[in-house]
Amino acid sequence: MLKRLFKAAAIATSASFLAVAAQAADVIKIGQVAPKSGPLAGGAAVTQWPNVELWSKQVNAAGGLNVGGKKMMVEIIEYDDKTNPGEHIKAAQRLAEVDKVDFIIAPYGTGFNLAAAPIYAKYNYPHIGVSAISDKMPELTARYDNLFFTLGNTTSFTDSVIDILKDMRDAGTIGNRVAMVNVADAFGIELAEAARPKIKEAGFDIVYDKSYPLGTPDLSPIIKGAKDSKPDAFVAWSYPPDTFGLTEQAIIQDLDVKMYYTAVATCFPAFKGKFGSKIEGVFGAGGVNQESPKIQEYFKAHKEITGKEADGWASANTYVSMQILGQAIEGAGTLDRKTVTQYIKDNTFDTIMGPISFENQISNKYWTVGQWQDGKFRGVKSSQMDGAAPIVAKDGWN
Amino acid sequence: MSHENEIKSLVWGAVLLVLAACVPLVANGYWMSIALTIAMFTVLATSWSLFSGPTHYISLATAAFFGVGGYLVGTGMSDYNMDFWTMVAIAPVVGAVLAFLIGIATLRLSGVYFVIFTLGLAEMIRTLVSWIQNNFTGSRGLYVLTDLTEADIYIYLVILAAVVYLVGWWVNRSRLGFALRIIGNDETVARHVGINTATSKVILFTFSGFVAALVGALIAPRYTYIEPNGVFSPEISFIVVIMALLGGTGRLWGPIVGVIPFALLQEYINANYSNYSTLVMGIAFLVIVYFLPKGVVGRIEQLLASRGRSTW
Repeated sequence: MLKRLFKAAAIATSASFLAVAAQAADVIKIGQVAPKSGPLAGGAAVTQWPNVELWSKQVNAAGGLNVGGKKMMVEIIEYDDKTNPGEHIKAAQRLAEVDKVDFIIAPYGTGFNLAAAPIYAKYNYPHIGVSAISDKMPELTARYDNLFFTLGNTTSFTDSVIDILKDMRDAGTIGNRVAMVNVADAFGIELAEAARPKIKEAGFDIVYDKSYPLGTPDLSPIIKGAKDSKPDAFVAWSYPPDTFGLTEQAIIQDLDVKMYYTAVATCFPAFKGKFGSKIEGVFGAGGVNQESPKIQEYFKAHKEITGKEADGWASANTYVSMQILGQAIEGAGTLDRKTVTQYIKDNTFDTIMGPISFENQISNKYWTVGQWQDGKFRGVKSSQMDGAAPIVAKDGWN
Repeated sequence: MSHENEIKSLVWGAVLLVLAACVPLVANGYWMSIALTIAMFTVLATSWSLFSGPTHYISLATAAFFGVGGYLVGTGMSDYNMDFWTMVAIAPVVGAVLAFLIGIATLRLSGVYFVIFTLGLAEMIRTLVSWIQNNFTGSRGLYVLTDLTEADIYIYLVILAAVVYLVGWWVNRSRLGFALRIIGNDETVARHVGINTATSKVILFTFSGFVAALVGALIAPRYTYIEPNGVFSPEISFIVVIMALLGGTGRLWGPIVGVIPFALLQEYINANYSNYSTLVMGIAFLVIVYFLPKGVVGRIEQLLASRGRSTW
């Protein structure tokens, strides 16, 4: 009896050893470097980190990824880049050389994607960039043949806003008077500069054109100036803090325009959380098809698993980038990074945003402008996306 | 320091330089990027302490000049199609001119007033740069696309470090260095014995501005994409001061003794306690301030001195 027990224990022990050994070999290590502190940490906490958690948990709950007939679990190795490019580069090197991860998830922020691109290229990691918007994409993809872009370029964002202005003028909702402001920082300047000549070309009068430094605490003079110019439409090329600041002042001073647009972070759940029903009809950068069953299912899982709400823009794209990576690993049936990269280039992926494929490493399916309608941020302008909601005029700040 | 000692320290410096230059031969990508960080902060901290060490003027302006260097390379290459090396030549000159003008205007300030002014400087220049971009030049993103690897940049920085050491060595031996030490001990006395305190300070401050801008320019290709917020980050100024103080500013080789352990400690913390790195870093600071108030160099000299006594 004792002998048999002993034997059983021995078998059990060796079995568990085997299990551990098998488990160690059956794990796909995936690295992620993104901000958890510093200026971009707030945005990453909404758009980036919850999706990493959601995707990895879902994959593992389904038993892992099927790599050439073998089920492999994913393990995420994550580092905080402190919103500091020097730290980011060190952490990316650490992933490649010390942790020897099999794959990576793209960084958060244009500058960080570009700072890490040479490193990920050197180690042949497929690098599916999301939060990276640039007008130099063709030059960059030519340089790094493992780098993909999925969120669009600067020009498409400004062009879509101008399309909305034209649509609303054609419908007789607004006249020709446009007030335009921008944050005097890299991306804000870039967008304003691209938009200015095109707005004029489209026959609009820019009756107010002002910028403010990044981090300006009091934006009331900007809104006051805009209001005094009696605009029909208000367009702000803004960053998260000023998207909130400008809107707060627009509500206080009752900026009466039929078209109101603020750029980055308008799509954040916190924007609605702060202003509630007052933001009905506000336009912002991004968008999502709220009617799509796949997106609804994604939003539900996002809330259930991470406890947070997804935003109305890049959350979905970020999740899609991981779906593409997972499907490519399964499709290629290998962990060989060059093969997986080639698979991404050659195939179409079934994602929550519909089928996605790459043309010269660039995906042209993305939302550019969304609008708050009935408490939901709905995509109204896009590049090649289905399900755009019709635009509505803003009717006061109630 | 006796003449013999100075020669000895030069020889040691040369040996270290050769060793440092061999790092790319043995290091993998990971260690290369740590070595590059060390090289960058070695140059910044050493040139910082050339001015701040003897004079006791704590300057938080490093990020201002570093940022000017990085920004000029970015805007030159992206907006004006300039060559990288042309911009590397222009950037430190602009940094030096800027430091010279700022030096003339502010080195009459002393103590905490000077510290506060230099702290605001990086922010002021960042805002000025954004204002110029916004109103005059515009921006399409600042890309620095070159074929330089981290190992290449590392070698440039090691060469620059050697130059900074030589200059520091020379300054220490010169009348200028002597003048600076007197200024640091008592500026009033220095003036009374006929030292032109303003000129001496401005010369060294200009040199540190030149070097910081050059480092900012050389490191720009590593970042590929320059964001004013990144290169003008006040964190750079603070880390330089902390590293230099950790090493000790009394000796020319002091800062490097601080830079290496600090960079390795930072890497260890980021790698193992990524989610708590700010907290652990803060605790590390407290420990350093409590147990190494005079820096690593001060501690070493203290230990040597006590050993000397016991053998007597």
